[in-house]
Amino acid sequence: MLELLNGFVVELRNAGLPVSLTENLDAMEAVQHIPIEDRDAFKYALGATLIKNHAHWRSFETVFEVYFSLRGPEYKIGDGDDETDIDEMWREMQEQQQQEGNGGQGGMDGMTPEEIAQMLMQALMNGDQGMMRAMAKQSVQRFAGMEPGRPVGGTYYLYRTLRNLDLDGMLDKMMEQSREDAPDDLTSLEERLEKEEYADRIEKFKGEIEAEIRRRLVEDRGAEAMAKTLRKPLPEDVEFMHASRDEMTALKKSLQPLTRKLAARLARKRKHGRKGPLDFRNTVRHSLSYGGVPAEPKFKYPRPAKPELMVVADISGSVAAFARFTLMLVYAISGQFSKVRSFVFIDGLDEVTDYFKATEDITEAIHRVNTEADVVWVDGHSDYGHAFEVFWNQYGKDVGPKTTVLLLGDARNNYHASQSWVVKEIQQKARHVYWLNPEPKSYWNTGDSIVGEYGTHTDGVYECRNLRQLEGFVEKLA
Amino acid sequence: MTTDNGAVADTNRFQNVQGVRDDLKEVNYLADDGIAGVAFLADRLGKPILVEGPAGTGKTQLAKSIAEITGSKLIRLQCYEGLDESKALYEWNYKKQLLRIQTERGDNEDWTEMKDDIFSDEFLLTRPLLEAITADEPVVLLIDEVDRVEVETEALLLEILSDYQVSIPELGTITAKQIPLVFLTSNNTRELSEALKRRCLYLHVDYPELDREREIVLAKVPDITESLADQVARIVRSIRQLDLKKAPSVSETLDWARTLMILNIDTIDEQTAKETLNILLKYQTDIAKATKELSVDD
Repeated sequence: MLELLNGFVVELRNAGLPVSLTENLDAMEAVQHIPIEDRDAFKYALGATLIKNHAHWRSFETVFEVYFSLRGPEYKIGDGDDETDIDEMWREMQEQQQQEGNGGQGGMDGMTPEEIAQMLMQALMNGDQGMMRAMAKQSVQRFAGMEPGRPVGGTYYLYRTLRNLDLDGMLDKMMEQSREDAPDDLTSLEERLEKEEYADRIEKFKGEIEAEIRRRLVEDRGAEAMAKTLRKPLPEDVEFMHASRDEMTALKKSLQPLTRKLAARLARKRKHGRKGPLDFRNTVRHSLSYGGVPAEPKFKYPRPAKPELMVVADISGSVAAFARFTLMLVYAISGQFSKVRSFVFIDGLDEVTDYFKATEDITEAIHRVNTEADVVWVDGHSDYGHAFEVFWNQYGKDVGPKTTVLLLGDARNNYHASQSWVVKEIQQKARHVYWLNPEPKSYWNTGDSIVGEYGTHTDGVYECRNLRQLEGFVEKLA
Repeated sequence: MTTDNGAVADTNRFQNVQGVRDDLKEVNYLADDGIAGVAFLADRLGKPILVEGPAGTGKTQLAKSIAEITGSKLIRLQCYEGLDESKALYEWNYKKQLLRIQTERGDNEDWTEMKDDIFSDEFLLTRPLLEAITADEPVVLLIDEVDRVEVETEALLLEILSDYQVSIPELGTITAKQIPLVFLTSNNTRELSEALKRRCLYLHVDYPELDREREIVLAKVPDITESLADQVARIVRSIRQLDLKKAPSVSETLDWARTLMILNIDTIDEQTAKETLNILLKYQTDIAKATKELSVDD
């Protein structure tokens, strides 16, 4: 047991989760109070002692599933001989089918895909957990075509299984069915709720299939190897440029608490600044209460001017996500700046400040930026040179000594003219010019990237591949 | 279980996880496996629980309910910016001390004797943390919204959380007579320090699943029909999936269900849903968004 837990903790640390020694000891003590057969309780006991940040819970879950996937009776992979509940249920289900005259023989292999779909739909409509799990197990066995030692990722098997089941079509069919079943016509509200319920169940079913595939892979390759391939970065370490859709949603979620924290921290930083020079008037005024003796010197509090911010962001395909996050972050803490103006470009440039002013809802504003802003000039491939030229001609006069200009993008200019003199001009007029690049440093200045050329005219080029780096930069800025 | 830090051994409050769950259910708090499990462990390990989660998911209520089922006294410390040790731990009763000195004036009392006298229990004002430790009866200590205090003030809590003792320079160290169950709640407005987190068990309370929310509505709103509760829970889940400024909390769900009961509504149609949305949602933009979503199908 001790060894098992130690191995688990090592695996967690490999996944980037901070686990201290005391927490490790706590976990060992905790599991002694938990009936070891109770898998859920075991998981919560470990979670409560080892994981102290909710954003890390998902990573913890993955490691847990992989590491303990083959330990525990009900999670064995059934070959059909095991007398587990699920298998029993499966058999019952088949008998039922046979009685109805559909004639399924010898497991799923003898059934046509239509019959399987029918059964799955039944299971989903009834919301029967056990049945769904059994279905997931059988579907994987039948459709995934898993062979030991085959060097393919789990996603491949998942894709194969899901393609055969056609879950999207399933949702429509289920809706039709429930429309038929209902005594009266469903109101649109009822229909919506019903649909969400089914969608939720299908999502759960997908989860079951994924878990089943993972279990089989672990059996084939061993837990350590699997944990390595499944290791997912923590939300704050996810790279903007390569985030999957799920990771994006997770990122968005962690953005909100982050901006709150950041705003609080910045406000505090401003308040608790150093003391300024002696405030002569105030000191004399207070000296009156001591009979004219300046016993209590008073100091001026420095009021650092809030910077004015101009964000100029490339929103072409490859770096769009990064620009979106930076804009969201900047606007969420816009109270820390005296003025924020934002511009977006691909090969043309457009000001989008008004979109953010018009609504409180940042997501909606971003949506408008993506759909309405006029950013294409010729062909819709990034042209930093032209965009900067437009910026300088139209808005250059607004750049002043209080302005901080942020340039966002990977500086991949498609071999157009760089027009880096614009950046040089801006630097001379503005307080600061920073360049944020979402690409890893090692890619800079390779191919058509000319970040180095622009960079010489800025006050700093920063690598901003993930939320952590972005947060660090913004804190420095305000 | 005995602890090795010199405190009096506590008796186990709970038998097993299921027991905690059943007990909580009796006082109308519907816990899931995670909540019951962590509460059980906290008792066994003698460790505080740090409860995090969105506002209005029953974090504070959990502490209250645990106090109720264990028959303990609930001592609450509400945190705020600027909280200091004189508000959280203890304070000397200066006025009383002054009076004591004045009444003795004239007599030839020795100063050291006097000093021992005025720095004794009689002149000590106990604040929540000290009170929780010195209490004779079982106690549940609730430190609410701990993320509101400054990072430096957090350090105040460390001694009491790990060793269940308070050091008062004039009196020495006061050790707990019994180990209180400690709950710290946080709305996660800032990252708590590692030192604090390390000493606690961590519990994240999220919005409940559909089934649990329905059960909660059934338990908390008297006379509500099962079908209405089901509808309420489903609509709330649907609304929570939208991208809102503030998703409806459990307490708002309950308020809504109660409103519907008062209005004598037994099935929710689109119209009623839209008219009563302002109970679930507190921002105009959110209400507008939800109204739009509910009326347009697909």
